[in-house]
Amino acid sequence: MQLAKVIGDVVVTCKDDNLTGIKLLVLQPIAADGSHAGRTLVAVDAVGAGVGETVFFVRGKEASFPFYPVEVPADAGIVGIVDHYDVEPM
Amino acid sequence: MILARIVGTVVATRKDPRLVSNKLLVARPMDPHGKSEGSYLVAVDTVDAGVGETVLIVSGSSARMASGMKDCPVDAAVVGIVDTVDVAAGD
Repeated sequence: MQLAKVIGDVVVTCKDDNLTGIKLLVLQPIAADGSHAGRTLVAVDAVGAGVGETVFFVRGKEASFPFYPVEVPADAGIVGIVDHYDVEPM
Repeated sequence: MILARIVGTVVATRKDPRLVSNKLLVARPMDPHGKSEGSYLVAVDTVDAGVGETVLIVSGSSARMASGMKDCPVDAAVVGIVDTVDVAAGD
């Protein structure tokens, strides 16, 4: 799983039936110091996250597991909203 | 998933039998602001997208979960046509 900041949302009307009712958010993966770490991506939201929040997300087929038994065609999914995290200074 | 713009189509006569009658599109990934990034990819179309449209592409084994793609040899599928992308100011 990776940390990311939610920076936006996506509106998609014409989509796969199994994506109906699922929120799509734009994520910017971040490093421990909050700096950007990699390209932005779109993820399905399983926890009710919103723009501006720090979250963690899974990549791959596991992104659809929170919606089981519906087979949601997603390769990235938000599975937690971060309250805070602590990192030992290197 | 990634955002991408459809820039072309692919015609292939000889292909895996499970790909028959699926439309193949050439897509260019882009960031939420519309700037192109990364290299082109070929994605199978499940939502009747066309050239010039901004779409949502799912990659990897999850692409097989798109409608009608069960057990098909694909690793990228167009699963939505994007209406709008809203990005918070400053990001």
